[in-house]
Amino acid sequence: MEDLLFELQLALPQVILGVINGSFYALLSLGLAVIFGMLNVINFAHGAQFMMGAFVAWLLLSYLGIGYWPALILSPLIVGFVGVLMERLMISRLYKLDHLYGLLLTFGCALVIEGLFRNTFGSSGQRYTTPPEFRALDLELADFFLPGYRVWVLIAASAVCLGTWLVIEKTKIGSYLRAATERPQLVQAFGINVPLMMTLTYAAGVALAAFAGVLAAPIYSVHPAMGANFIITVFAVVVIGGMGSIMGAVVTGFLLGFVQGITDVFYPEASQTVVFVIMAIVLLTRPAGLFGRA
Amino acid sequence: MAETMTANRAASAAGTPMLQIENLEAWYGESHVLHGVGLEIRQGEVVTLLGRNGAGKTSTLRAIMGLVGQRSGSIRFEGKELINARPDLIARAGIAYCPEERGIFASLDVTENLMLPPVIAPGGLSLDEIYALFPNLKERARSQGTKLSGGEQQMLAIARILRTGARLLLLDEPSEGLAPVIVQQIGAMIREIKQRGFTVLLVEQNFRFAQTVADRHYVMEHGKMVDMLTNAELPHSMDRLHDYLGV
Repeated sequence: MEDLLFELQLALPQVILGVINGSFYALLSLGLAVIFGMLNVINFAHGAQFMMGAFVAWLLLSYLGIGYWPALILSPLIVGFVGVLMERLMISRLYKLDHLYGLLLTFGCALVIEGLFRNTFGSSGQRYTTPPEFRALDLELADFFLPGYRVWVLIAASAVCLGTWLVIEKTKIGSYLRAATERPQLVQAFGINVPLMMTLTYAAGVALAAFAGVLAAPIYSVHPAMGANFIITVFAVVVIGGMGSIMGAVVTGFLLGFVQGITDVFYPEASQTVVFVIMAIVLLTRPAGLFGRA
Repeated sequence: MAETMTANRAASAAGTPMLQIENLEAWYGESHVLHGVGLEIRQGEVVTLLGRNGAGKTSTLRAIMGLVGQRSGSIRFEGKELINARPDLIARAGIAYCPEERGIFASLDVTENLMLPPVIAPGGLSLDEIYALFPNLKERARSQGTKLSGGEQQMLAIARILRTGARLLLLDEPSEGLAPVIVQQIGAMIREIKQRGFTVLLVEQNFRFAQTVADRHYVMEHGKMVDMLTNAELPHSMDRLHDYLGV
């Protein structure tokens, strides 16, 4: 009994850190799900857009002295605008083609973006100092110290996920989005400007990635490959949740963070692969994902 | 409100056609589906497009809405040329489309389906008027749209475009696949909306149903208009019609 209590005490910090990691998975997979659900585009540039979000925050701070809070708004807006350009100039030309073309295009974009940042800023990470005001949120739980900034990440990610879900499920704009996912031509024939809606949806998905990037900047060092490290796991999250399912992306993101945290305690060697084992099992038993419609 | 709209529409009914199509050609990719279609509809009329399967009736409606790959010719609605307009701008000009497969969205409930098309002009039916016309929809307001029966889905598909204030309704085979009693209800509903001053272009294969609701009938074959009959002429033209429709 004492052993079990000891192990649980040991597990708690890892589980909490896992859930915090899960909040990044949830935010990133939410953006991917929104983009795939509406545009049918597998946005492989999502990791690069996440990295751009972090870099824009760092650039704003380093060169313009603009701090964390304004960056949390400005960076998603700036990177979202880059998303508008990408959608208008490139992605919109591929809507009538197979998913594969969109995937290849965005994969190419990701390589170009990462290459440009690597060429300009080098491969080593840039430090983004955690804003001091978060120290007030620091938590001491038994023998475990949880930095206040990570508590904030969990709160902010949960709030943004909930807000996005409410917009999509409970508002008029959300009903346009859901309807256009099913029959974009008919929605346009009702008088709704679907091409504009697609551009804005892509920009919103990209802005979510950038928002996650700003949240991540003080935790991970800001470097060109930071998105690439996340993106494969995030794609697994989207597949497990069900391609295009908002609810699936969010729930699965947090859940897999939790599972990774648990695995880290009891079998650390498997903590990175456990997500892909779950993906394989889900694909074999429920090919449309846990929350997807077959 | 409906009375004012009816009066306004009746006042201009005798003037130029509300919809005037000339030499309309349309393609789906390489496939040339319409070959110089021409038709006119005046305000307040119910006009049907009759023809066999594949004659080009649905393609004509889709071409009017800009939902075909490519089109040429002229589509003038209330004097405004729409041949190069996007589907959303065509809808905002005052034309509403109810597709053959009804187009009910599975991810939306009945109310969301009903409220989906934006109101583009005053003069549409209010939600209360719609529920008075289709009481079933009120009872099933929170049901998923695709869980309704075929007849209810058809009513929902028509009801949602009545809200928008569109002046011309394009209805694609509203009687298709429905039980005779439901077809009668749909017929009564089309007569009711005609009474309220709406103009309707109706695609039908069932000319007996069309006869009960329409003022005039265009007949299509191989992507062209081949004949036009008034409803009064229809009983005397049955042989001709049977020949066209292969019945």
